[in-house]
Amino acid sequence: MPGLVHVQTTINGVQTDFLAEPRQSLLEVLRDVLGKTGTKEGCNDGNCGACTVNLDGRIVDSCLVLAVETQGSEITTIEGLATADGLHPIQQAFLEQAALQCGICTPGFIMASKGLLDQEPDADEARIRHWLAGNLCRCTGYDKIVRAVLEAEKQTK
Amino acid sequence: MEAIDFATPKTIDEAVQIMASNGDRARMLAGGTDLIVQLRAGRRSLDVVVDSKGIPELNELSYSAQNGLTIGAAVPCYKIYQNQEVASAYPGLIDSATLIGGIQIQGRASIGGNLCNAAPSGDSIPGVITMGGVAHIVGPNGSRDVPAEEFCTGPGRNVLQAGEILVSIKIPAPQAHSGTNYLRFIPRNEMDIAVAGVGTTVVLDPSGQNFVSARISLASVAPTPVFAKEAGDSLAGKPVSEASIQEASEKAMADAKPINDMRGTVRQRVHLVGVLTRRTLNNAVERARGG
Repeated sequence: MPGLVHVQTTINGVQTDFLAEPRQSLLEVLRDVLGKTGTKEGCNDGNCGACTVNLDGRIVDSCLVLAVETQGSEITTIEGLATADGLHPIQQAFLEQAALQCGICTPGFIMASKGLLDQEPDADEARIRHWLAGNLCRCTGYDKIVRAVLEAEKQTK
Repeated sequence: MEAIDFATPKTIDEAVQIMASNGDRARMLAGGTDLIVQLRAGRRSLDVVVDSKGIPELNELSYSAQNGLTIGAAVPCYKIYQNQEVASAYPGLIDSATLIGGIQIQGRASIGGNLCNAAPSGDSIPGVITMGGVAHIVGPNGSRDVPAEEFCTGPGRNVLQAGEILVSIKIPAPQAHSGTNYLRFIPRNEMDIAVAGVGTTVVLDPSGQNFVSARISLASVAPTPVFAKEAGDSLAGKPVSEASIQEASEKAMADAKPINDMRGTVRQRVHLVGVLTRRTLNNAVERARGG
């Protein structure tokens, strides 16, 4: 029986060590070991994007990462976006544009949108829709989400 | 998911040793976008998952006009399309790297993993085949190179023997007046598995009016990716014309041996091979004339 592995990471800017079984995904460890339940489990096989986090500068589905792979990595989750000054502009835009209904997909959409705006602050609507193709939402019909991302672009300039 | 061990070798030799001592109970992990799903669903059972990402040769991405391109087996798609030099020399490779899964998947999934997973629908495989890609393999008895078209042997099966690992894929430098394109048909715009896919590489004469040679490869229409050799060879020496392209597309259709399943019917898939072969040939010709 394989034992627990000691993994050292930086999560939302804080050095975070944890113990994980090799079979555990990053998603499981975030939620069940570290109590960071903002990252959601949707399909658990890489289709829905609800578990999107930023891993070393790239967005990934945390259900498709073994936690033990993240040794030495920098991870940002939805909990790392708001600051003492308030919500991140993307979070604020999602609220103001009513870009969510049930909310399960929202952390993933916001993390994916941040990944886009970090590297392409001028992304147009087509690019936003293409970029967010790995995130599924069964409530909004996507229009409000895309509008929120466009609004967040304006706010972050 | 069943309990597994996680190995983090730092050298090829170390990885080969772990793979050899565990036989089919061990498998290399690159981006995990297939392997982790298979393990979780119980479609694959392993004792050891061997991480590729600590081995320098499996993470190499290098290009030179003399030696061509080396893509380490674990290099994720985004590193390929974000590399300006690689993106401008191999636009046909970028066709595939930018349409495998969504952005999250492209942050992890590798061309090497796509090849090793050996799905008939692997979107990067036809392009690698038509560009003359070679799989560089190292195992307990040394190294060998296998042409990409011989790598996949069945759905989920490949030529790797016990203890062998795929180190890298080598693609020759593009010839003058050559072009590559890959297209697939899916019912939506992104994030789906090809109903049918076609990759094409053409080499034209300096006038850009005649084919010197061509290679065509098909996805999702047989138990493995298909190298449609006769279809490509039929273009050698022919003028670039609707007639020559039509003839090649009919030969490609003859090489398609698809099944009926939830994604499409035999009739639709064979038809798609014809359409996509003509489109990719025209796109590849356009690229060849442009550079």
